[in-house]
Amino acid sequence: MAHTPSTEVEGLLSKYILTLYVTGTSPRTKIAIDNLNRICGQELDGRYELEIVDVLENPQRAEDEKILATPTLIKELPPPLRRVIGDLSDKEKVLLGLEVRPAPSTSPSTARPEAS
Amino acid sequence: MKNTVTNPPVEKLLTGISSLDVIAKGGLPKNRTTLISGTAGSGKTVFAVQFLAAGIERGEPGVFVTFEESATDVRENMRSFGWDLGAWEKEGKLTFVDASPDPDIDTVEAGGFDLGALIARVQNAVKKVKATRVSVDSLGAVFSQFSDQAMVRGELFRIAVALKAMGVTAVLTAERTDDHGPIARFGVEEFIADNVMILRNALEDETRRRTIEILKFRGCDHQKGEYPFTIVPQGGVIVIPLSAMSLNMRSSNVRISSGNKELDQMCGGGLFRDSVTLVSGATGTGKTLTVSQFLQGGAADGEKCLLLAFEESRDQLVRNATGWGFDFEKMERDGLLRVVCDYPDVSGLEDWLVTIQAIISDFGPQRVALDSLSALENVGTIKAFREFVIGLTSFIKHKEITGMFTSTTGSLMGGDSITESHISTLTDSIILLRYVEMFGEMKRGLTVLKMRGSAHDKAIREFIIGKGGMQMGRAFRNVTGILTGAPMHVSPGDVERVWSQYDKDVGDRRRPVAEQRPQS
Repeated sequence: MAHTPSTEVEGLLSKYILTLYVTGTSPRTKIAIDNLNRICGQELDGRYELEIVDVLENPQRAEDEKILATPTLIKELPPPLRRVIGDLSDKEKVLLGLEVRPAPSTSPSTARPEAS
Repeated sequence: MKNTVTNPPVEKLLTGISSLDVIAKGGLPKNRTTLISGTAGSGKTVFAVQFLAAGIERGEPGVFVTFEESATDVRENMRSFGWDLGAWEKEGKLTFVDASPDPDIDTVEAGGFDLGALIARVQNAVKKVKATRVSVDSLGAVFSQFSDQAMVRGELFRIAVALKAMGVTAVLTAERTDDHGPIARFGVEEFIADNVMILRNALEDETRRRTIEILKFRGCDHQKGEYPFTIVPQGGVIVIPLSAMSLNMRSSNVRISSGNKELDQMCGGGLFRDSVTLVSGATGTGKTLTVSQFLQGGAADGEKCLLLAFEESRDQLVRNATGWGFDFEKMERDGLLRVVCDYPDVSGLEDWLVTIQAIISDFGPQRVALDSLSALENVGTIKAFREFVIGLTSFIKHKEITGMFTSTTGSLMGGDSITESHISTLTDSIILLRYVEMFGEMKRGLTVLKMRGSAHDKAIREFIIGKGGMQMGRAFRNVTGILTGAPMHVSPGDVERVWSQYDKDVGDRRRPVAEQRPQS
């Protein structure tokens, strides 16, 4: 069965727009980026866009977003806006914070393959 | 030991906050961090903003890091002090680092983190406006934003180190739960900063008394103990430096008229230019009259006079003065008199001091009369009252103004008042007005009890009040016990005998001294 227009729209809406704020190239920065890449790879199945901002290079971005802690992950889309702070080593909390919902599974063609 | 001598003294930054620089002996230690700790409502935020405002007025840009109130709220709240933070931001003299919690944003903690972004933002802000001053308000609020207290502690240390590295002078505020308890709530704040100052807002006898104390100034000298301060609209924190009001005012030998020739004679030729006279008496003995004469005498010599009245309204004062033949309204029209009437209870004593100082600075009088001190006595504690009198006395002396204060005695006959016992040593002259009961009639008596630096009439003179004011009569020669409130008539024979005895004693004592004098 082909993609229906409605599932196309749903697919766009459920795309995650993420920004990760870090301080320089500290070990904690590296851990956070690794953790995030792993979680996104496992749970978001490519439905995400990630930008990494170094607050040392771009402090005004941190100012505008009122960020205190690094690393801070901001989920801008889909709503609601969510923040997760920390090196993202606690996967359960990251998923809770991002409110990650399973990908739309109404249509068999877009259903995720069963883990095997 | 040699090291301590050769080390250069710690440089200080003049804060520009009224009188704080005096008790801090030149300001806050430069390029260091100073913790301002205080209970809720003790004026920490005002202090933190004022530190920056005073700097901006001196051409030193600042950064305000707020953890508690939002930048919008701070801008709004500080407008009443006359600080337009928004305008300074536009001019590039001030910038905010708004680190206040945003209730709309849900934050989840997932793993270890630090406050690297905050430090980067502060560094960015300092660089942006070329700040030399930074205020952080308040440290305690950082703890409430994060669950990991140990992390916050460590990060606050890092911030303090970063602030020093940036070469800024910083003020950090912290909450404490008790005016006389631990320095700050989380027990670490005082170790983060080099210096500690405490703001107190203690409740004493149902009145609030604000004080500021410098607890620790690493490697620098400062005045010790608590100093009263007040927070006023259009000015902020105003410290009242009591010990700074050292006895260094000049002393004048110029005599001025008290407005009554006979009283001038009793005072040895008039009141001294920069003296403060206390007029004490029971109700109705003529204190307000003495003050009115004093003002009339000043205006007659073309001097500007200020009357601070806490007991009677302006209209009452004008009417009374008219009865004595003094035209207060004309004096006002001529710009020689200003009458300020108010209820003493409308503000605290510290506020009164600041208000009165502002009025004096604005009007620039040569004479100031205050009627009466006793009315102000109940506004605050005895200590606050004494500080008020010291503050006012030294202020008007510095300005070479002649002062006259009145004080009401509790009992009709004789007696003294709490007011007198607390302030008599602070005044230069004391004039006592007393009722004297003689043969079923109330007479009024006046004596110059004290006249610093001058001979004066020691007699207790009778006076009557009529058109033209006070008319001095003869001394009460045949009465004793007027000041104790139990006047006793003594027969002229007895008086003669006592006086001759006294003269004889003085004569006897004088003789041997003369004989001991070496022959030359």
